Amino acid sequence: MLEIEIDGKKLTVPQGSTVIEAAHSIGTYIPHFCYHKKLSIAANCRMCLVEVEKAPKPLPACATPVTDGMKVHTNSDMARNAQKGVMEFLLINHPLDCPICDQGGECQLQDLAVGYGNSASRYQEEKRVVVGKDMGPLISAAEMTRCIHCTRCVRFTEEIGGFQEIGMANRGEFSEILPFLGKTVNSEISGNVIDLCPVGALTSKPFRYSARPWELSRRKSVSPHDGLGSNLIVQVRTGQVMRVLPLENEAINECWLSDRDRFSYEGLNSEERLRVPMIKHGGVWHETDWQTALEYVVKGLNGVSADHGKDAIGVLASPYSTLEELYLVQKLARAFGVNNIDHRLRRSDFRGDEAQQGVQWLGSTILELVSAKSVLLVGSTQRKEQPLLAARLRQAVKKGTELNVLHYAADELLTRVNAGIVLPPQAWVAALGGVLKAVLGLKEGSTTTLDVSAIDVSEDAARIAASLVNAESAAIVLGNVAQHHPDFSQLLMLAQEIGRLTGARFGLTTEAGNSVGAELAGALPKRGPLGTTVTAGLNAREMLASPRKAYVLLNTEVEFDSYDSQQAVAAMKAAETVIALSAYKGQGLLDYADVLLPIAPFTETAGTFVSMEGRVQSFNGVVRPLGEARPAWKVLRVLGNMLGLSGFAYDSVEEIRGECLKAGTDVSANLSNTLSSMPVDFSVAATAGLIRAGEVPMYHADAICRRSPPLQLTAEAAAPRAYVHGSVLQQLGLEEGAAVVAVQGDSQVTLPVAVDNRLAAGVVRLACAHPTTVALGGLFDRIELKRGA
Amino acid sequence: MAVFVKGVIFDGVDTTQPDCWRLAAYEARGGYQALRSILQAQMPQEDVIAEVKNSGLRGRGGAGFPTGLKWSFMPRSFPGDKYVVCNTDEGEPGTFKDRDILRYNPHALIEGMIIAGYAMGTRVGYNYIHGEIFAEYELFEAALDEARAAGYLGENILGTGFSFDLFAHHGYGAYICGEETALLESLEGKKGQPRFKPPFPASFGLYGKPTTINNTESFASVPFIIRDGAQKFLEAGKPNNGGTKLFSVSGHVNRPGNYEIPLGTPFSALLEMAGGMKDGSRLKAVIPGGSSAPVLPGEVMMDLTMDYDSISKAGSMLGSGAVIVMNDQVCMVKALERLAYFYHEESCGQCTPCREGTGWLYRVIHRIENGQGRPEDLDLLNSVGNNMAGRTICALADAAVFPVRSFTKHFRDEFEYHIEHRKCLVEHKWC
Repeated sequence: MLEIEIDGKKLTVPQGSTVIEAAHSIGTYIPHFCYHKKLSIAANCRMCLVEVEKAPKPLPACATPVTDGMKVHTNSDMARNAQKGVMEFLLINHPLDCPICDQGGECQLQDLAVGYGNSASRYQEEKRVVVGKDMGPLISAAEMTRCIHCTRCVRFTEEIGGFQEIGMANRGEFSEILPFLGKTVNSEISGNVIDLCPVGALTSKPFRYSARPWELSRRKSVSPHDGLGSNLIVQVRTGQVMRVLPLENEAINECWLSDRDRFSYEGLNSEERLRVPMIKHGGVWHETDWQTALEYVVKGLNGVSADHGKDAIGVLASPYSTLEELYLVQKLARAFGVNNIDHRLRRSDFRGDEAQQGVQWLGSTILELVSAKSVLLVGSTQRKEQPLLAARLRQAVKKGTELNVLHYAADELLTRVNAGIVLPPQAWVAALGGVLKAVLGLKEGSTTTLDVSAIDVSEDAARIAASLVNAESAAIVLGNVAQHHPDFSQLLMLAQEIGRLTGARFGLTTEAGNSVGAELAGALPKRGPLGTTVTAGLNAREMLASPRKAYVLLNTEVEFDSYDSQQAVAAMKAAETVIALSAYKGQGLLDYADVLLPIAPFTETAGTFVSMEGRVQSFNGVVRPLGEARPAWKVLRVLGNMLGLSGFAYDSVEEIRGECLKAGTDVSANLSNTLSSMPVDFSVAATAGLIRAGEVPMYHADAICRRSPPLQLTAEAAAPRAYVHGSVLQQLGLEEGAAVVAVQGDSQVTLPVAVDNRLAAGVVRLACAHPTTVALGGLFDRIELKRGA
Repeated sequence: MAVFVKGVIFDGVDTTQPDCWRLAAYEARGGYQALRSILQAQMPQEDVIAEVKNSGLRGRGGAGFPTGLKWSFMPRSFPGDKYVVCNTDEGEPGTFKDRDILRYNPHALIEGMIIAGYAMGTRVGYNYIHGEIFAEYELFEAALDEARAAGYLGENILGTGFSFDLFAHHGYGAYICGEETALLESLEGKKGQPRFKPPFPASFGLYGKPTTINNTESFASVPFIIRDGAQKFLEAGKPNNGGTKLFSVSGHVNRPGNYEIPLGTPFSALLEMAGGMKDGSRLKAVIPGGSSAPVLPGEVMMDLTMDYDSISKAGSMLGSGAVIVMNDQVCMVKALERLAYFYHEESCGQCTPCREGTGWLYRVIHRIENGQGRPEDLDLLNSVGNNMAGRTICALADAAVFPVRSFTKHFRDEFEYHIEHRKCLVEHKWC
C-alpha cells in the first residue's frame, strides 16, 4: 500500500493505482472524458491534468501511477489552468448549440463546461464541420462534428466488443471517428458506445430527439431477454417507455447492456400489441370485454374437460414470463386437474427428467464462471445467446482463462480458443465421451461407470481434457444449442461425469430471463414448485406430438418458440380450442388461437425473474398496462376464481412470490444440476443426409425483441439463409446465393443457400423462430436441400 | 546537396563516387573492422556499452540523450525477444543528414546496429525509414543484401555464433512517426500515434518487448568509437559533447549542405564553411536545430558555438542539427505561418491541446499574414501556446509552440507592424 495525499487529504491506495482511481476512491472528482474504468487508458483528452508536487508539468491523473508520498493537487492554480485550457480547446471546434443537441442535459462536455469553460469563446476562426457517418440502425453518428475524439467508442469495440469496428481515421484536426468504409457497426453489444460517448456524437438512433432526459423518470427493472438477468434503468415519460439504459451491477452486466436488452423496448408499443381481449367466431376475430372473454375461456376449458377429460388439455408457458405468472399457471392447471404443463418449449430431449435432482442452472455465479481458469462451452452460439457473458469471457481469456469449445461450427468468438471440436450434432456425445476418456487417462486411478472403451480420443479432446484437469478451477457450460439438442440429457450426464473427475463446475447458460424461475415455480410436467412431487404429465414435446384437444398458451407463439414448429402449428390447428394469454397478436396466434387475452409484458407488471445464476430479482411495472391489457398474474387469479378453484385470493404479486418461494427459504438449496445415474449411448447414428442446426436468431428470441423495428433492421436480423460448408454446396451442385428448397417432413421452404466453411460438413445452419422458416420441422432433425426453381 | 565537411561518419567517403556506398568501398575504408574485433575477441557486452558511454556520444535525433546510458537501460538478460530500432524517419523541416548517411555510407549504420544488437543481446533490428526518401530506402535494402551475402548479417555472423538480422521498413512520410513510440506503433502496422509513457520502450517497446531506439547518426557513429576508441571520438568534440556532428545547413547561404564538424565549432565558422550569406545579404535569424527549435536572432547566433550546451544556454536547442539560415529579406510572419502550417498538418490528433491548438495557432498567424490581424492576437498566440506546451503525450505540441514563442519574442516588431499596417515590414519578393 502506498501513502499519498490528494488536496491535503491523506489516503493509502494499493500499488499500481492511478491518481484518478485514488482520487475517486475518496470522492474527489477529477474532470475527464477519455478515461473509463472498464477501458484501457488513452490519456488523450487531457482534461484530467492535475498538479503533482515535484513534477514540472501538470500530469494526466488517469495515466499517472501513484508513487509513495506523492502529493497531488486537483484544484490548484496549475491544475485548474491546465483543465480550463483543455476545456477551451475542446470547445473551440465543438458546436455550442446545446439546446438543439440530443445529448443536451446529459452531456459530460456540457456539464464540465459549466465548471471549466468561459462564458465566451476567444476562438474567432471558422469552426470544423465533420460529415455524419452511417453506423447502422442502432447508433446515430449523424452529428460527428460534436465528437471530441476521446476514442472511448474505438477502445470499446476493440477491447470489450473484441473487434475494432470503429476507428479514428486521418490525423490532427482532420481526425474522424468512423466505422469501416461501407460497413455498419454490427457488434451485439454496440449500443454501449452511446453511453460511453461523452458528447452528442454517438446517440441512440431510435431514441434521439424523442425526449429530453429531464422529462424522463428512471425506473429499475430486469432484462428478460437472456439468462444473465441484466439490470436495467427503464426511462419512461407519460406512461410510455422511452428508452432503456444499463443499471450498473458488477456481478451481472457490469455497466454494459447487450443491444437486445437495450433496444427491445421499441417493440413494447408495437402495432401488434394486443390491447383488448379477442374471441374468434366462425373464423372472424371480435374484440370483446374481459368478462366475456374469461367466461368463454372457462366454458372452453370445462367443455373440453367434460368431453375428453383433463388430460386432453395442455399448458405451454414461456420462460420469458415472470416467476409469479408461471407459478400461478401451473397452480391453476394442477388445481383444475391438468398435469400437462411445461416451459421447455424448444427442448427435444426429456430423458433426464426422471434423473433430475433439482433446478437446472449455471452451476456457479457469473463471477465464478468468468474467473474459472478453464471453461468448456458445449453447444453454444455464445455471442448471440448471452452477448454480455461472451464479452466477459473474452476479458477472462485475456487474463489467462483457457476457453474450449464443442460445437458444430468454429464460430468467431473474437477471442482465443484453446481447443475446439467442430462436429455435427449427432457426434457430440461421442466427442464429449472422448474428453471424458482423456480425463480418465490423465487422472490416475479414476474410474467411471460409463463404457468409454470404444471411443477414440481426438487430439482436441485430449487438449480440452488437459485444460480442465490442469486448471485450478474449471467449468463446463451447456449452451442453448446443447439444451435444444436431441441428446441434451446425455451431454449433461457427461458434463457431470467430467465435472466429478476434474472438480469442474457444470451447468447451463439458460435461455430466457426466467428459465430458472420457471423450474422453481414448477412449470414442469414432473416437478412441482420447489421440486415438490406431483402427478406426472406430458412434457412440451409429448403435448405436441400427440395433440391435445385444448391448449393454454402463456406468453408464447408456438411457431417461433417450439422445437418443431411444423408439429406445433399442426397441433394447435387440430385442437378444439387454443387459449392464448399474450401481449401480442402475432399472425400465428390469429391463425390458430380461439381466444386472445391481452397480458402485460415485463415493463407493465410487477414480477420476479430468477437468472441463470439463481439470483432472484424482483421488479415493479414501470408503466401502466397498455389498453385493456392486464398483468397475467391478475388474469390467472380471476380465472382461478371463475373456475371455482380455491387458493386464488391474492391481493398482490408479493403474496404469490412468498407462496411460491416459501418466503424466507434459500432458493439456492433447490439449485442442482445433478442427474442420478443414466446410461449414455456413445454410438454415432449413421446419417446419410444432412442435419439441420436450427439456431434461434439473436433478435427473434422472444416476442418483444421480434417486434423491435431497429433490431429488425440490423444485419443480424436479416432473413435466414441455409448455411452449409463449401463441400456440401459442391456435392449439391449449387452455387452460393442460389435458391434452395429445404425440406423437413411434409413441408418445405425456399431460401438462398450460403457458404460458411466454419461449419462442420453435414450440417445445414438454418435459423428457426423466423416467419420464413416456421414451416420447417425439428431444430436438429434431418433436412434435405434441393435445387430451387 | 552533398556532404562538404567530413568527420567521423563520412571520414574517407568520396561522395562523388557513385559506388561509395557499397560494401567494398566501406571495407576499404576500414569498415566492419570494429564488428570483427568485437566478435573475435568476444568482447563482453558491458565493455561495448562502457566504450559508447565513455565516448560522450549523445543521441543525434534531437533530444541529445547519452547513447551509452540508453543502451545500459536495456534489460539484457530479458529472456524473450527484444529489439534495436533505428529511427531514420527524418521529417523535421530543415533536416537532411540521415538521408545522406543512407545515400553515401549505409554500411556504417548497419555495422553500428549490429554492434548495438550484440551489446544489448538482441537478434533482430529494424530501420524505420522516412516515406519520402524512397530511393535511399531501396539503396539501404541493397546494402543489407550485400551485408547478408558477406556474412555480416544473419545466422552465425563471421562464424562466431552471434546471430543478428536487420530489416528496413519505410513509412509514409508522417512527421509524427519520428517520435519513437509513434514509430513503434507504425512499425507494428498501426496508426502512428505516440504512446503514453511510462512504460518506456526499454521495458515495453516494439510488440511490447524491450526495445532501444536510436537515431541513424548515433548508430553510424558507433563503428568509429569501437574501432578508434572512445577517447578519440570524445576528442573530436568537446567534453559532454563527444564526436563530430552533422549539421544540415539550409536557407540563405551560398553552399547549403551537410557539414560534419566537431561539436563546439563556432557558428560563424560553420557559416563560413557554407560559403557565407547568399549574395552577401545580412544575417537576420537562425533556427539552429530544426523547425521545432526556437529561432535566434543572427547576432546572438554569431556568438555561439555549435554544441548542445551552448545553444541551449542561449534559449534554443541543437536538436537534429538542422541549421536554417534566414537573411533580412525574410518576413518572419510568413516564415512562422509556414512552420505553423506544418505542425497543424502533422499533429496526430490524439491529444486535445495539440489537435485543436495547432490549427488555432495556424489560423491566427495566417490571418495576421493576410492583413486580418488584431491587436490582441499576439497575446492570444502566446496564451494558446502556453495551454498547449507540456500538456500532451508527446512533444509535438511543444515543437509547434517553440517557434511561435520565439518568433513573436525576437521579432515582435514585425508582427505588430503586420497587424497595424496589414502588410510586411520587410520588402521581399515572395509575399
